[in-house]
Amino acid sequence: MQHTDRRDFLKLAGLAGVAFTAGLFPGRRADAQASDRAGDFHFVQFSDTHWGYSGAANPDAEHTLEKAVTTVNGLARQPDLIVFTGDLTHTTDDAKVRRERMKRFREIVSALSVKDVRFMPGEHDASLDRGEAYKEFFGATHYTFDHKGVHFIALDNVSDPAAKLGDEQLAWLAADLKQRKPDDRIIVLTHRPLFDLQPQWDWTTADGAKAIELLMPFKNVVVFYGHIHQEHHHMTGHIAHHAANSLIFALPAPGSQPKRAPLAYDAAMPGKGLGTRDVAVADKVTLVELPVTKG
Amino acid sequence: MYRRTLVALLAGSALGAAARLAADQPVEIRISAKKFEFHPNKVTARRGQPLVLVLTSEDRIHGFKMPDFGVRTDIVPGQETRVSLMPEKPGSFTFFCDVFCGDGHEDMDGTLLIEA
Ligand SMILES: [Cu+2]
Repeated sequence: MQHTDRRDFLKLAGLAGVAFTAGLFPGRRADAQASDRAGDFHFVQFSDTHWGYSGAANPDAEHTLEKAVTTVNGLARQPDLIVFTGDLTHTTDDAKVRRERMKRFREIVSALSVKDVRFMPGEHDASLDRGEAYKEFFGATHYTFDHKGVHFIALDNVSDPAAKLGDEQLAWLAADLKQRKPDDRIIVLTHRPLFDLQPQWDWTTADGAKAIELLMPFKNVVVFYGHIHQEHHHMTGHIAHHAANSLIFALPAPGSQPKRAPLAYDAAMPGKGLGTRDVAVADKVTLVELPVTKG
Repeated sequence: MYRRTLVALLAGSALGAAARLAADQPVEIRISAKKFEFHPNKVTARRGQPLVLVLTSEDRIHGFKMPDFGVRTDIVPGQETRVSLMPEKPGSFTFFCDVFCGDGHEDMDGTLLIEA
């Protein structure tokens, strides 16, 4: 495992975010003037909104998602599409309450100006009923789509409560990849880390290594995921994996403390450690972390 | 210095032999699972003493995973799930439920303490 050695942290005026640039499509030749050519685009990643959560880790839980929607609607450059990488809702044993949360979540995010929105489940949405309610509201739990020459693959590692992709989905992935060329640009979206980030905290996907193995022959693969409620960047060989911040509470850095308990809410800095992410896709992928509220 | 090391090594191997004698009988440790805790959630054992964890569930399917020992199994209500372990080094090892079981699942964990 090699860590990325191309970290450029830039302060971006007005965004209060941090840009992370790397040769994330390393198989493609970098072009110094790559931005704003036809075919380049942005997307925004939301993750772990946990609608329905209430607790000390976020006293503002009822408003955080709406604030983030407003912030993204206010971006000077609107993204082509928006992806939600799971845990849209906070889990409940009550099937009726689960559907109420999904309904309300869908209402809130319908205020996004961008209408091309792609959803994925997290274990909180889908593990207790194997994705039944999720599918009623948001459709398939794994799928592909293409946008401006980039092939997106959404993988479901949560509908199986044991956090598996499963052989059937892996076969589906293999069949999809068979139709790709080795230098096609591929973006994988999923909820849990596909690699063993922190096994002692269950920050893994039981058969995630099999998916990575299928993706390895492709030179231009980037994975965006959630679950760990913090920005995190990791390479498995030439494949970059980027975890996003949550919109409900932050979790500690992998292995930094005995338990993966939420970080305490800081009343002086509401929204600290939370946010969404803008991703610019060109020959390189450039990440800018966005705060909950523009401040 | 050399002599002291040698003595320590001899003492160590004598202890090891004693532990191996005691080791003939695995010690059973019963752990029951329910939403969202293991009982007990702190278990202590001695290094070199083979263990059999006897896992049961009081409510639904849970998981039991202990990455440091390469152990993972489902715990299904109405049956005993037995896991054999040989603790070869001292330390504190985490186990947790890895079958999502609801609001509190993330807190469902425990510790196996192996004393030297
Ligand atoms: Cu459980």
